[in-house]
Amino acid sequence: MREKVIYVLGLLGAVALVANMYNIFLVLPDEANQGAIYRIIFFHVPAAIIAFTFFFVALLCSVFFLVSKSFKADTVAVAATEVGVVFAVVNLVTGSIWGRNIWGIWWTWDYRITSMFVCVLLYMGYLIMRPAITDPTQRGTLSAVLSIFAFADVPIVWFSIRWWRTQHPGPVLETGGLPHDMAMALLFNFIALLMIGTALVLVRLRSENVQREIEALRRLALVEA
Amino acid sequence: MIGVRAAIAIARKDLRSELRSKEATNAAISFALVILLILSFAFEPTEEETHAIAGGLLWIVFAFSGTLILNRTFARELQNDTLEALIAAPVPGWALFLGKAASSFAMMAVVEVVALPVFAIFYSVNLVWSLVPVLLLGTWALVVVGVAFSALTVNVQLREVMLPLLIYPTLVPALIASMILTGNMLDGQTFAGDNLTWLRLLVGFDIIYTSLAVALIDIVLVG
Repeated sequence: MREKVIYVLGLLGAVALVANMYNIFLVLPDEANQGAIYRIIFFHVPAAIIAFTFFFVALLCSVFFLVSKSFKADTVAVAATEVGVVFAVVNLVTGSIWGRNIWGIWWTWDYRITSMFVCVLLYMGYLIMRPAITDPTQRGTLSAVLSIFAFADVPIVWFSIRWWRTQHPGPVLETGGLPHDMAMALLFNFIALLMIGTALVLVRLRSENVQREIEALRRLALVEA
Repeated sequence: MIGVRAAIAIARKDLRSELRSKEATNAAISFALVILLILSFAFEPTEEETHAIAGGLLWIVFAFSGTLILNRTFARELQNDTLEALIAAPVPGWALFLGKAASSFAMMAVVEVVALPVFAIFYSVNLVWSLVPVLLLGTWALVVVGVAFSALTVNVQLREVMLPLLIYPTLVPALIASMILTGNMLDGQTFAGDNLTWLRLLVGFDIIYTSLAVALIDIVLVG
């Protein structure tokens, strides 16, 4: 059943992505000021939103794990965090390429970029710590606490660095500065990437379950031996 | 009430054992001096422009040498399995946490008291009294996050590697605020305008992480 969900979601996401790319690269006109490079926004912005969505899912699952001790919640938390980190890195890399074209520099210590970077570091710490804990219950508990700590940090990091310095282009979405067809393209690409992201989480979920099974068998073998 | 007395007892116990061995503070002080030395090669210490980044340098020294102390807070209980005893003792988790935090804070304070004059001499900076609140609040932020993560990583493999990896990204807001405030205070400014905002941020960070740590410490230690 879950296999089929992965295939269907992945396939739907891929088809939607191809259709979106046709629209983005061949139908939509160049932007007046930026030229062709503005198209990166269709990947840059959705990647950030999806990353934070997954981090939030991981937070909810972590809290639920602490309440219920259900390993399913722990598994979803780690899967969502890992895919979230991937999307956060996609966001950073696409932003960097855009910055090179528009600002002439690969990197600038603007508040949004720096916050995203700190976010990646925080959740990378989470992913690095997990394998260092052998006991599954302890691993789940400590990871869940770490996830809560990390998520609590995100808004503080955001505001502190925002006060510190600002150079990023103003938020395009909130001001409604994006023409209708571009906004729709952005929305559709968000949906496509979200489907692919969810499929990735499901794949990661399966490998985590298999890993858990292997660990259980190994313990069983040790007990019997 | 029992909790407060237990916290004081734990802090006194830690400080007494530290006073006898001096292992963490000695290491942290020497490390702080080493960093001050190395930073002097990176930046010309006596030039005017170095004064502008002095606040940043100081907190790099505190944050890096601080991990040597924070790494030990819970690890010192491993040697004789006293951590199990502490957890089993009729002491609430928050008291254990606050006791450990208080003793680490005292040790950090010792390191800072030694490192500050050396820093002032090496980098020809005039120390001012308005630094004190910044130092207290910034150090408390460092200690709260450090002790919480020290409890988190005490049973983890590669503990020494894991702690810095986790605390520095988490500490980013507190470090930014402390660095900016220290720089501005050394520059002769007062707590007004932007500086007040940064001070509020630092207080907010301290409150949020102290409450989070106190709320979650039982889960971390007992599971």
